[in-house]
Formats: sequence, C-alpha cells, structure tokens
Amino acid sequence: MTWRGDALLALLAFAVLAGVALGLSAPSVLDFAIRFGIFGLLAMSLNLLIGTTGLVSFGHAAFFGAGAYAFGLLMQSGGWSIPMAILAAMAFSALLALVIGALCVRLSEIYFAFLTLAFQMLLHSLVLSWVSLTGGDQGLMGGIPKPPFLGIDLGNAQHLALFSAFCLLASVVALRQVVRSPFGAALRMLRDNPDRAAFLGLSVFRYRLAAFVIAGTFAGLAGVLMSLYVSGAFPTFLYWTTSGEAIFMIMLGGITVFLGPLAGAAIFLLLNDWITNITEHHGLVLGSILLVLVLGLRKGLLDFAVDAWRERQGRQA
Amino acid sequence: MDLGELASCLGSTSCVVTQVSAGLTIGMLLFLVASGLTLIFGVLGLVNFAHGTLYMLGAYFALSAYGATGSFLAAVLAGALGVALAGLVMERFLLSRIYGTDVLMQLLVCYAIILILDDVVKIVWGGDFLKMDLPEAFRRPPLLLAGGIVPFYYLVLFGITAAIALLLAFGMGHTRFGRTVRAAAVNPGMVGALGINTTVVYAAVFGIGALLAGLAGALSAPIRSVVPGAGVSILIESFIVTVIGGMGSIWGALAASLLLGFTRSFGSIGFPLFTEGLMFLIMALVLLVKPSGLAGKRQA
Repeated sequence: MTWRGDALLALLAFAVLAGVALGLSAPSVLDFAIRFGIFGLLAMSLNLLIGTTGLVSFGHAAFFGAGAYAFGLLMQSGGWSIPMAILAAMAFSALLALVIGALCVRLSEIYFAFLTLAFQMLLHSLVLSWVSLTGGDQGLMGGIPKPPFLGIDLGNAQHLALFSAFCLLASVVALRQVVRSPFGAALRMLRDNPDRAAFLGLSVFRYRLAAFVIAGTFAGLAGVLMSLYVSGAFPTFLYWTTSGEAIFMIMLGGITVFLGPLAGAAIFLLLNDWITNITEHHGLVLGSILLVLVLGLRKGLLDFAVDAWRERQGRQA
Repeated sequence: MDLGELASCLGSTSCVVTQVSAGLTIGMLLFLVASGLTLIFGVLGLVNFAHGTLYMLGAYFALSAYGATGSFLAAVLAGALGVALAGLVMERFLLSRIYGTDVLMQLLVCYAIILILDDVVKIVWGGDFLKMDLPEAFRRPPLLLAGGIVPFYYLVLFGITAAIALLLAFGMGHTRFGRTVRAAAVNPGMVGALGINTTVVYAAVFGIGALLAGLAGALSAPIRSVVPGAGVSILIESFIVTVIGGMGSIWGALAASLLLGFTRSFGSIGFPLFTEGLMFLIMALVLLVKPSGLAGKRQA
C-alpha cells in the first residue's frame, strides 16, 4: 500500500470516529476519544525510538511537556493563532530533542536510557523552579485561550475530540511513511546491527539523532493536545512517570506491530480508569500487572498474539 | 546567580569550613548509593532503576525501628539489613529472571517495582513528609573549626561513611570474595567453570548494593525528610555520579560523589537556583570529553 492507501484508510477511520463522536456525544466518550488521541500519539512517537530504532528512551515525556508548555505560553502571550502556535510548539520540541539527542544518542543502550531520564528530570526541576514563567508546581494557570480558527472551536469538546483524532491519524500516516521509507529501513538496521550499518557507511549518529528529533516533534504535538485538553500545563507532564506510562502502553500493545502502541494506549486508558474506580492504590495494581506481563509474556500483548498466530499458521502449513 | 556571594564565601575560612563539611557529608551519602549502583552494574550488567527506591525503603525502615526501640544503632541496622533482605528477595524472584535481556526488560521490571514499592510505602507509612528525630546522643553543640560550624551529626555521618568506603575498597581489592566478584564482572562463564557458584555471587553483590542504599537511607533519615517517591532524585544523582566516575569503578564513584557534594554545597551559595543544572553541566562535559567516565575503561 502506498501513502495514498494509508491516507485513505486514515480518512475512513476519521469518518468512523467522527460518526461515533458526533452520534454518541456523551461527555465520557468524547473525553476518552481526546485522551486516546493524546496518549496514542505519545506512544506511537515513542515506538519510533523503541520499536523501530532500538533506542530505549526513558525520558520521552520531556518533549510531551515541552510541547504543552510552549503551546500554553504562546497562547497566553496573545497574538498567536492556534495553528501557528502548534507549529511553533512542535518546532520547540524538535529543537529540544536535537540538543538532548545530540548528547544522548552517541551512548550505549543503558547510558541512553538513563541519560534521557536524567535530562527529563532536569527539565522537570527547571519548570518547578522557574516560577515566574511556568507557575512552578502550580502549573500554568489561568486557562489557555482557544480562539476559533477555520470554524473549529477547540473549547468545544466535540471539536477537540475530532481535532485530536485528526492530529493522531495524520501523524500515524506520517510516521508510517517514515517507517516504510529507506530512512526507516536504515533505522531498523541500526536497531538490529549497528556495526553493520556503520560498515555500510551510514552515520549511526545522524540517523539516530534524526529519529530522536522526529519522535520528539510528534511527542510535542501530543503535548499540545494535552494542554488544550486540560487548558493548562503541569509539571507532571514531564515527570518520569509520564515516560514510564508511555513505555507501559507500548508494552501493553506491542513493539513489533506498527499500530501496537495505539492498542496499548487504549488498553492502558481503560485499565487506568477501571483501577481508579476500584482502588486508590493505583501503582500497586498497575505495577503488578506490568510485572506479570513482562516476566510472563516477555513481550507486548499484540506481539504475543501475532507470534502465536504465526506459529499456528506455520503448523497448519 | 550570585558570584559575589560565592567569592566572599571562598574568601572566609569559616564559610569554607562549613560548606566543605556539608559537601563531604552529602558526597559520602551519595557515594553509598552510587557505589551500590555501579557495583551491581559492573558485575550483573543490570541498571537498577529501582536503586533509589531501596534508599527510600531504608529511611522508612530506620524510622520505624527508631520509633519502636529509640536506639539509633537499631535504626541503622534495620535500614541496612532490612533493605539488604528486600533486595535479595527482589533479585531472586524478579531481577534474576531478566539477566542478559535487553534494557527495555530491565527498565520495565524496575519501573513495576518502583510503582509497587512506592504504593506499599504509602499504605504502611502514609503519604506525608516524615522525619526521624536526631538521637539524644548526637544532640551536641556543633563543632567550631576555624570559625566554621560543623554539626556534630555530620561528623558521625562522615565517620561511618568513610569507614564503609574503606571497608568496601579493602573488600573488593584484597579479599577472596572481592577477587571473585571482580572476576565475575569480567568473565562470569570462566568463574562458573572454575567451580564458583555465580548465582550466589550475583545475589551477594545485589545484596551488598541494596545494603549500601538502605544504609544511606537510614543515615539520611534524621537530616532529610522521608516521603514516598523520594528515591527518584537520589537515583538521578547516583547515575550522574556513575557517568562522571565511570560505570563499574568504585574509586571513580567516590571522586565523582565528592565532586557532586561540593557542587551542591558551594553551588547553593553561588547559583542557588541552578545547582541541579550545574551537576548536569558537569556530566555533559564529561560525556563530551570522555564518554566512558573519569575512571571508566570500557567504551560507553
């Protein structure tokens, strides 16, 4: 399938989603649709690093938070239209990813995971201490103005749900293009055999950095959606637990299947809502589920299902 | 930023003495945690993202033991040994299953452990800030050294941590066990072929690492507030230490811990808002100049 095929599928998915969102405009459905757009996008962007490139980032929420704060601050400063502010926030996330990535992608796996975590925590403490700009631990207060553009009013939950579905689908199509391009093939080779890639004359550093920046940019977009959703920006956006949740989603879905992270995000959100309803000991339950999943299956749910299916096909043939 | 303040501090002996003592104390506590992290990594090839959580657990254990017995010694022993036990359970039942797998697995298992332990701590001790009272025996007037003020408890802390550091260095360098551990770090297959039970060695190394983290947590309980989730910041700092010092090197960890301790104590005068940034700056510099760390041999 070419990109046209993907775009067509995405359009179809959008039509279905729009139908559902407009038909069942129950607040809880819309709410879930918006959050699914946000965290689906975050998980998809992170999987470009983990699944495709083999870079295990534990600090992906840094760019999520950066996008949210940049967008919120621009809109509060006035004079920015929403589309321009979104582009600027994504550019800011990309720039941040370029700087952090340049320091991190040279290093071995373990250093990379830890260093991304460390830089995220640096940003977190920066946001906490720079009270005059970010509002410190109170977060960005006072709401984010949402002037309508092109007839879209993001203050309206229906519009916001459709908009976040649109952003998610457009990004998924774009990410699919990246993964399938020669560039994406090179990323997979870096994951499987970086030495061989280097022998073939690929610059490991540049390819990894490019993947890091692309992933950071889309995480920034997810952050923008988040700040639209909660009408603010909070330090928890770039706390390490948010990165942990994103990895959790990928693990729930699967890292080898392209749309796995989307399934993971949906499962995570449903699971999260369900756990919040029955107990306040959130971490205890989530952590136990994660342990069983990781030590039991040793891969994501979709990975497991796909492997099991392939095995069955193999036995029948 | 207040460079004038820093310069005037550096000009006065009393201020230097005060800050050096604070820096030494912070640095040596950090060393206890970081040396465990680096030891575990060097031998087991595992980055224990839950190491800071062990530190936090040590503080809570000490708090409860002190409340029950009123003895500082009991509190420290409960923190150190309790966490060593918890670490052994963790290693045997969870972490030993993922040796040799990729970083993603290690990260996910540790993440799950952090989630669970943070919640368990919240259930048992509640979510509020707690603090351990300073034992009666240490409530003495601070020492005055060349006009500088050195709290008495700092001296106690420094004495204990320095003794542990020496013990660790001697144990790793000059005992049979230390030689076995160092050999297992380089070539575990060969060590196993020579008839040494590497499973036991691995468990012991993890236990020692956990014990050091628990000890640090217990010792810091009277001077820092104890709260669920407190492990993350010490984890990040220990990691900065291992990056600067070089993964797997005890001496590198010691030097880097003291460097960070002084950065914190003097940085809080010169750059009160940027102390944390300063530590990252040093780390970024080391990474750019010598990615394997000051004392690291292997390529990072």
